[in-house]
Amino acid sequence: MTTESGADSEAKQPQENKEKGKAKAAAEPVEPENQSELPAAAGHSTPARKEQETQEDDQVSHQSSTSRLSRSPLKGVKIMQCKVTMLDGSDFSVNVEKRAKGHVLFDKVCDHLNLMERDYFGVTYRDVENQKNWIDPNKELKKQIRTGPWNFAFNVKFYPPDPAQLTEDITRYYLCLQLRDDVVSGRLPCSFATHTVLGSYTVQSELGDYDPEELGSDYISELRFAPNQTKELEEKVMELHKTYKAMTPAEAEIHFLENAKKLSMYGVDLHHAKLVGSLNESLAPAEGEDSEGVEIMLGVCSSGLLIYRDRLRINRFAWPKILKISYKRNNFYIKIRPGEFEQFESTIGFKLPNHRAAKRLWKVCVEHHTFFRLVSPEAPPKKFMSLGSKFRYSGRTQAQTRRASSQIQRLAPLFERSASKRYNMSRSLDGAPITESHETLMKDSAADGVSKVIATGDIIAAVTEKKAEEEKAEQEDAQMAAATPEPSTPLRHDTKCSPHVYSSDPLRSELSLPSSPVSSTKVRRRRREGARKRASSVSPAKSSDSCRRRQALDDRKAALLDEQVLLLSARKQRLEQGKRRGGMLFSFSLHLPDLSSYLDEDGYISFPDLSEMRFLPMCAQNFMPIKSPSLIPCFLFIFFFLLSTSFSVPYAISLSFPLALCLCYLEPKAASLTASIAHGYHDHDSSEEEEEETDSEQTDFAFDGDMTATESDADEDSEMPTQDASPPEEMVKHQTNISELKRSFLETGDTSSGLTEWEKRLSSSPARSPRADEPPMIVPLEPEDTQDELPAGEETKGEVEPKLAESTLGWVSSSEKTSAEPQEEAVVATETEAAPAESTGPTSLDVIEVGTKEVPVVHTETKTITYESAEGETNGDVDPGVLLSAQTITSETTSTTTTTHITKMVKGGISETRIEKRIVITGDSDIDHDEALAQAIKEAKEQHPDMSVTKVVVHKETEITPEEGED
Amino acid sequence: MAGKMAGLMAGFGHYTHAVVRGVPASLAKEALRSSQAEVDLAGARSEHEAYVQVLGTRLGLEVVVLPADESLPDCVFVEDAAVVCGDTALITRPGAESRRRETEAMKAALKELNLNIVEMTDENATLDGGDVLFTGQEFFVGLSKRTNQKGAEILADCFKDYAVSTVPVLEGLHLKSFCSMGGPGLILIGSSEHAQKTLKIMQQMSDHRYDKLTLPDDLAANCLYMNLPNKGHVLLHPTAEEFPESVTVFEKLKDHMLIPVSNMEKAKLDGALTCCSVLITKRADI
Repeated sequence: MTTESGADSEAKQPQENKEKGKAKAAAEPVEPENQSELPAAAGHSTPARKEQETQEDDQVSHQSSTSRLSRSPLKGVKIMQCKVTMLDGSDFSVNVEKRAKGHVLFDKVCDHLNLMERDYFGVTYRDVENQKNWIDPNKELKKQIRTGPWNFAFNVKFYPPDPAQLTEDITRYYLCLQLRDDVVSGRLPCSFATHTVLGSYTVQSELGDYDPEELGSDYISELRFAPNQTKELEEKVMELHKTYKAMTPAEAEIHFLENAKKLSMYGVDLHHAKLVGSLNESLAPAEGEDSEGVEIMLGVCSSGLLIYRDRLRINRFAWPKILKISYKRNNFYIKIRPGEFEQFESTIGFKLPNHRAAKRLWKVCVEHHTFFRLVSPEAPPKKFMSLGSKFRYSGRTQAQTRRASSQIQRLAPLFERSASKRYNMSRSLDGAPITESHETLMKDSAADGVSKVIATGDIIAAVTEKKAEEEKAEQEDAQMAAATPEPSTPLRHDTKCSPHVYSSDPLRSELSLPSSPVSSTKVRRRRREGARKRASSVSPAKSSDSCRRRQALDDRKAALLDEQVLLLSARKQRLEQGKRRGGMLFSFSLHLPDLSSYLDEDGYISFPDLSEMRFLPMCAQNFMPIKSPSLIPCFLFIFFFLLSTSFSVPYAISLSFPLALCLCYLEPKAASLTASIAHGYHDHDSSEEEEEETDSEQTDFAFDGDMTATESDADEDSEMPTQDASPPEEMVKHQTNISELKRSFLETGDTSSGLTEWEKRLSSSPARSPRADEPPMIVPLEPEDTQDELPAGEETKGEVEPKLAESTLGWVSSSEKTSAEPQEEAVVATETEAAPAESTGPTSLDVIEVGTKEVPVVHTETKTITYESAEGETNGDVDPGVLLSAQTITSETTSTTTTTHITKMVKGGISETRIEKRIVITGDSDIDHDEALAQAIKEAKEQHPDMSVTKVVVHKETEITPEEGED
Repeated sequence: MAGKMAGLMAGFGHYTHAVVRGVPASLAKEALRSSQAEVDLAGARSEHEAYVQVLGTRLGLEVVVLPADESLPDCVFVEDAAVVCGDTALITRPGAESRRRETEAMKAALKELNLNIVEMTDENATLDGGDVLFTGQEFFVGLSKRTNQKGAEILADCFKDYAVSTVPVLEGLHLKSFCSMGGPGLILIGSSEHAQKTLKIMQQMSDHRYDKLTLPDDLAANCLYMNLPNKGHVLLHPTAEEFPESVTVFEKLKDHMLIPVSNMEKAKLDGALTCCSVLITKRADI
């Protein structure tokens, strides 16, 4: 059957594509065979392509979005009955095919309501935690609701700031119904006077003019107007109602909306969170108060993000002020544009009760931003490039929907305003009043925390798996959509890729769980066979250790979060108040933009040993060196490497473990300087892929201009057939192949006068030792390094050459855009010169060399080398200094972009000038980068003879055109 | 009822009543102050008399005058004792212990005016009305020596229709020591660094756009704005004698009826123009 459907799928692709074209087509009959005959869990039966079939690796079965493309003869399509709770409280039952996507249900409901301006609305479902989630119209319903009953609710998703601009009365009517529920449930708090006014319009709309004979004197007590409705309120409502003569229901609703829209919580979607880190600068904390860990509410609305503490607004970030939003695990981050008097962007983190909450918030933000702020939706990331979530708001924006509704030709539809019976009862659409739900939420989160600590592996694993599945489903969907146009990429079938994908899986899963036993269990469960064996072979102690490290890594990633800005601000802090003495930094780094950004953003490259990273002061975070890579990644890397070089699985396993041990043992010695270790892109990749499972999703969503959105939803779960196809493709197209190590860099260093005196340190990539010949895969980027350089680079690049910046930063996440240029080779050099008066400056340089490892199927080679003076390395303290000035200069030639960031500050009476130079060299491989580096260093030294070079970081990435060809 | 609809939140400055209080003899010696200035009791009394005169006689507000209480030297600064918005009055819990009992008379008076009274009973909460800036669309509450987070929370709970944002008061006694409303959507702000910074924070926190009028003197930024029938925009502001530069700035407000009011003696006690009255809008309809 597999074969059949596989063949089928290919044959049917065009057809499928066509179907896709019809946005509003009915449920797409997708592969009913598989669906109906096999439980969801049996996803293996995914139609695999022939090449795949031959693979023994069951990983292959993941591949594939092809399954979705396939369309086999309809045979027993399963029909599901959905119960949708409507805004008037009634239930609407509707049948959809089991594999129908969200929009099918949504369209049916809107049709039922005779609603044309439907973009303001959406369908929700309650997840197991009783949290409301929006149904993604582009994903299958069953994958979104998982195991729960097919119960939904129809709700307003985007509250129009000016309801008077809605075209049809019927739309306003439904908006009113939603708001009435919001008011009664307490989600939309209002004063007594407002309750009175809103209530009176409600009565007028439902009952018409006051008629004592018909209505009697107590006609109102059946209706609900407020969470705590009093007799007094009812009387006031009646008083007002009596004054409305001949007001039509539509007019009453307009009045209702005109009042409701002014309420401060109108259309604000609240999410519980805690502050992470100190936000003193941006918030207005009570005096002497530490904002860390304070419970707050994040409110998403049409204008931006509001932050509440209790009932008080303590900050607000309008959409234009937000550069990027992202989430990772339980954390949600926003990157803030620098203010008028601020020099640096900042990133603010919030801790959500759990991963799902973080993701939910992220999605809501993405959607609100797109709907209210953009003219048209952002295209979802193309599948091949993005490792992150493909989630984007895909509906019409407010601008578009307004335009569309202005075209509505029909006569105003007649509709019946049903008596809101439901207000008779105390129930509200959303269940508990807001205060209660808060409590619930908090309880949940508390329970969450507990369970993490004490839960046994199995339980956790089960939960995680579910999640993973779901996530996978999501990703699948997204990828599917993107994939359709280019269904068959030869590389897609390359099975060698898949191991990599999975390799990270265990790692990732470990990351998500603090307690090691649990994670290892989970790991084992999730993994494919080979991996499983290996995982179990790892000694428990080791694994827990690595778990911790993973976690640390994860945390670090969270802390670093795509946002080099965070790093930047850390630097700023360091400059301004750090305890480190002497500015000895002249860092000169050349690195490949993509890689570096990639590394920084995700933090995959670094293995900070700080699980509590995000609680450390930023300056401390920056300087925590990582002592050693963890065993598991090494092990996995080696294993997969071996596998990929056609070693047999057992052989690979037996070989890779000792090798990994070796590496881990050796590495710390080599890595004393480096805080971070680059982990090959595989790890990246895979970890990204795993995000879902592990709970450690990471996403970015950039706003207004430099938009990049990343969300790592990828799921490796074996059950899902569609998974595999995408990763290989991604790899093929975008992955940076880590490849050969060029010694020439060192030579280059030597040639440049500045480098000669440097002390060269090899940092160790684990990969290096065993297979010296093979390009080691790891690129060690020092955290400090990245902090220092990347932010500046990013900053300036953004201004100067957005596109390049994008590619640099977004390799993982948003590299979609840049990926199109396969041949691009870029070198970024950042140079920092410091001329401390006490210029005892570091005369010695540390060179960290990171090997690169060659991985089959990877077509890019990446190299990172850091030369750094010993002093530059001293971690820790920065003398508090006063920033005098900072400036960024950018210049460009055809193939290079040079960004110079100059910071002047006074530390303890000594003024220090620090210059960071970032040079991006883009071009074909015929450019001699070594030469370029040497030249750059030379120039830097010439330009600033009085300064010393403290650090040079080189990132080099070469994309190799694979024979199989990407497109 | 359209009037009602509009009246719910619009009609900023449409005051009908004012509550003021007499000047006790104890003011001169015992009233709290941040400087060591000598206060001329007679001068303070005559200034206050003139102030009340303007509100009642000249502007036609219905003025409720509470008798001075010698045991409450600061009682003339009634603003701190209550925050009134719409038909709801929040009786505060002043930050200065010696002023707590000032609220009693105020509460009684406001009750008399048929306002819905909300009392701040939480013993951890403090709030001075001087830290509360109502813009017509939202509240800003200054977190100061006299006002804390809890007090602000209670205010937010009391006026649920409005956003209530907190802003730090870095210098000066109260938030309104360097700002006030000069009209709908117009914020008068002092030119000091902390005043400007505070304004920036307020602007960031707000969904609404405000115009600002920057005055050379922080104290001159505390004015009393009203929008009265037959008079339009009215602004009570300090005299040229006190703040000559700032007064030239006020003169740019062409649409406003400008009424200089002397406040020299009370200013020595950190009392500004808004401090000496609680303004109330009583609707005719309900």
